[in-house]
Amino acid sequence: MTLANGILNVLPLLRALRRNRAGPILIGIQVALTLVIVCYSMFIIQQYLRHMNSPTGIDEANIFTLTNAWLVTPNDLEGRIKGDLAAIRAMPGVLDAVATLSYPLAGYEVGISISPAPGPRQPHAGVHLYDVDEHGLAAYGLKLVAGRWFTSTEVLSVPFDERKFPAETVVTAALATRLFRTANALGQVFYFYPDHPCRIVGIVERAHNAVVSYRDEDSIFLPVLPLNNALNYVVRTRPGQQASALQSVDRTLYSLSRQRVIQNVRPYSATRHRAYTEDRANAAMLGVVCVLMLSVTAFGVIGLTAYRVTERRQHIGMRRALGARRVDIFKQFQAENLLIASAGCLVGIVAGLACNLWLLSKLDGLQRMSLSYICIVAIIVIVLCQFAVLWPAFRAAAIPPAQAIRNL
Amino acid sequence: MLGYYSELAIRSLRRNVVLTTLMVAAVGVGIGTSMTVLTTLMAMSGNPIPDKSKQLFAPQIDNWGVKLHRSASDAEFVPIQLSYRDVTAFMSAHVGVRQAAMYSLGLNVDPAVGRPFPALGRATYRDFFAMFEVPFRSGSVWGQAEDNKREQIAVLSSKLADRAFPQIDPVGRTISLGGRDYRVVGVIRPWTLTPRFYDLSAAFGETEDFYIPFTTAIDEQMESNGPFDCGGGGEPAQGWPGRVNSECVWLQFWVELPTSAYVRNFRSFLMAYAADQQQSGRFHWPPWVQLHDVTDWIAYKDNHVVPQGIRINTLMAGGFLVVCLVNAIALMLAKFATRRVELAIRRAMGATRTDLFLQCLIESLIVGLIGGVLGLGLTAAGLGGLRALHGVSGTQSAMGHLYSQNIEAALVTLVVAVIATGCSALYPSLRASRVQPGLQIKAL
Repeated sequence: MTLANGILNVLPLLRALRRNRAGPILIGIQVALTLVIVCYSMFIIQQYLRHMNSPTGIDEANIFTLTNAWLVTPNDLEGRIKGDLAAIRAMPGVLDAVATLSYPLAGYEVGISISPAPGPRQPHAGVHLYDVDEHGLAAYGLKLVAGRWFTSTEVLSVPFDERKFPAETVVTAALATRLFRTANALGQVFYFYPDHPCRIVGIVERAHNAVVSYRDEDSIFLPVLPLNNALNYVVRTRPGQQASALQSVDRTLYSLSRQRVIQNVRPYSATRHRAYTEDRANAAMLGVVCVLMLSVTAFGVIGLTAYRVTERRQHIGMRRALGARRVDIFKQFQAENLLIASAGCLVGIVAGLACNLWLLSKLDGLQRMSLSYICIVAIIVIVLCQFAVLWPAFRAAAIPPAQAIRNL
Repeated sequence: MLGYYSELAIRSLRRNVVLTTLMVAAVGVGIGTSMTVLTTLMAMSGNPIPDKSKQLFAPQIDNWGVKLHRSASDAEFVPIQLSYRDVTAFMSAHVGVRQAAMYSLGLNVDPAVGRPFPALGRATYRDFFAMFEVPFRSGSVWGQAEDNKREQIAVLSSKLADRAFPQIDPVGRTISLGGRDYRVVGVIRPWTLTPRFYDLSAAFGETEDFYIPFTTAIDEQMESNGPFDCGGGGEPAQGWPGRVNSECVWLQFWVELPTSAYVRNFRSFLMAYAADQQQSGRFHWPPWVQLHDVTDWIAYKDNHVVPQGIRINTLMAGGFLVVCLVNAIALMLAKFATRRVELAIRRAMGATRTDLFLQCLIESLIVGLIGGVLGLGLTAAGLGGLRALHGVSGTQSAMGHLYSQNIEAALVTLVVAVIATGCSALYPSLRASRVQPGLQIKAL
C-alpha cells in the first residue's frame, strides 16, 4: 500500500522534472562528480594516514638523533667515534647509543645490492642498510623475533672508501619472507652483489626503510662501524629522560673535542614529522578540496532549489489552495531532491568504479576501491543534499496560497 | 555597446545579491583551489633558465648494461648520473662551446669568529658560471688556467660570504673549508633555480654556498655529498683509486651547444665514445646514450622532479574546478530564467538574439572576472597554507619559491577564470537569448 502510494507520488515529480530538465540534470552531474572526487580524495587521504602512522619498529618515543661531523677528519677516527659513543652511553638517563650512516626515516638511504646466488649474472635488488654494533638492538629498541643480535667480535670497522662485507646480518621479517618465502629464514645465506656471502643470524619484527616509500620494508642491519667523517648518532634514553639528555648531549661531546660540528639534534618525533611533510601536505590539500567540494555542491543545491521555488510559486499556491498541506509541499521538494541526488550518485558510483580501473593502470601505489566504500560516501552526499534543500523547501512551504495565485 | 551591456550586467548582478554571491563564490573557490595546485606544478616543472634551456645538454650513458644485468622484475633504469671515467673523457674531448663536470660537496666552514658550521658546495669547472649565467656580486670566477692547476681557490655565495666575513668583501681573503684554506676569488649574488636542474638529486634544494675547482676536489679525494650509486655496476675496488675507476655514478656533466650543428656533433661524439667503450671491452653491450636539454631533463621520468602526490592533487583540483563550473552553469540558468520578462521586453523593442546573447555572456564574464580576483586571493591563501604545511617561511628560498605566486601564474589564473566562466556561460546565454517575447509579455 505504502509502496504503491510512493510510486504514485514519484510520477508527478518525474513529470515536473521533465518539464524543466537543464537545472536538475546539472545538479545531478555535479552530485556525480562530487561523489567521484570526494570518494577518491577520502580514499587517498586514508592511504596517506595509514602510511603516516605505520610503525617503524623502533622505540620512537625514547629515541633522539644527531649528526656529528669533524672539522678535519681525525687520524684516529675509529677511536674518536668509539669515545663519543662511550661518553653518550655513560650519560645519565641514556640507555644506549649507536653510530650509523642512516636510520629509519632518516630521509636518505644507504643501499646495497643483494642476490640469492653468487655471480654477476644473478638478478639482484637493492636493500636499505643500517650499520650497528653489539649495542644496536638496545639502542633502537628493536624487537628480535628469532635468532640473535651481533657480538662485539663480529663488528667490522669500514672506512668510507673501502669495501668490507660482514658475514652476518639481521633482517626484517618482511624481507626474510620476501627473499626466502618463509619468515623463518634463520641460517639462510644471500650474496652482496656479486659474490660476498652473508648469513641471516637474526630476524627483527620490523624496521622501517630509511626513506618514505610505498614499498614494503626491505632493511637489513650489518655489524659495521662506518669510519666516515660525518655520522649520525642514534641515542635511546630511559622513558621520561629524553629532554635532559637531548639538552646536554652537545656539551658532553664538545667536552671531548671542540673540533667538530654537531647539528640536527632532534627527537625522533621530529624526524617522523619531517619525513611525512609531503604526505601530510597532500592529505591536507585533498581534505580541503573535499570540504570545499561538499559545500559548493550544497550551495548549488540551495541556489537551484530556491530558483525552482520562485519559478513554481503559482503552481505551489495552486496546490496549497486545492488542499495540499505545508508538509506536502515541503515533502515534494525533499523528494525531488532525493530523486536528483540518487540519480547523480548512481551515475557517480559507476563513473567512480570505471575511473578507478583507469587510474589503477596509470598511477602506481593506488589500490582498488571497494563498492561498499563508494556507497557509504554516496549516502553521505545524499544526506548532505537533503539538508541543503531544507531551507528552500521550507520557504516553498511558507508561500501563502492567496498571494501566490492572485496574479493568475 | 560594450559599456552599456556592462552597465546592464552590473545592475542585474546587484539585483540578486545572493545568487551573484553564490556564482562568484563557486567560480572563485574552484579557480583558487585548482590554481593553488597548478601554480605549484608549474613551478616544479617550470623552466629555470628559459633563454638557454635549448642550448644546455646533459648526456646520459648506460655504463651498467642495464638490460643485460637486471632481472626482468626490477624497474629498469639507466643511471641518471655519470661515472668519473666518463665525465673526464667528456671534459678532455672538449666538444661543446662550454662544458663542466661537477659534483656536490659537504664541508665544514671554520670562520675567523664563531663556531664552525656545515655548508654545501660544488666542485666544478669555470664554465659552470658562464653556462648557467651565475650573477657575480664581486670578484669573478677563476681563470681557464686554474681549472687544471688544482689550486685552493673558491667562489662563495653571498649568504656564506656575509656569514663568514661580516661587513667586508671577502675577495682576496682566505676561508677554511673542511680544514683547508681557500683563497676567495669571487662572491655571487643570491641565485635560485627552481628546479635546480643541473643536479636534480635535490631538485628543490638551494644553489650551493661555495664552489671550488673540480680538479682540486678530486685531488683532495673529497667525497660526494649527493647520491653515490653503484647500482648495476658492481661494488668499487678499495680506496680512492677504486672509487674513481669504478662504474659507480655520482657526477653530473653539462655542455653548452648553441647550434644544431654543435648538437649533432656532440651526439655523434657520444655515440662514437660509447661504441669505443664497447670495442675496448669495458661495455659488453650495445651502446645506449641520450642527450637531454634542460626541459627534457626535468621531465625525464627517473629524475622524479614532480612527485606523484602532486599529480593526484592536480587531477582532483581539476575535477573540483569542473564541479564548480557546473555549479555556476546551474546558477546562471536560474539567474537568466528569472529575467525572462526583461529579456522578452528588450527583444520586443528590437534587440536581436545576438544582442541578448552578448548581454548574458558579458554578465557571466563579469562574474568570471570577479570570481577570478577572488580566486587570486584564495590561491595566495592556499599557497600560504602549503608553505605552512611544508614549514617554509618566506618565498625567497628554493622551497618557498615553489609555493609563491608570480605575475605569470596570476595572469594565467585570471585568464583561466574568465575563459572557463565564458565557456560555461555559453549554454545558459544561448537559452536565455531564445526567449519567446510574445509568450512572456502576454503573461505580464
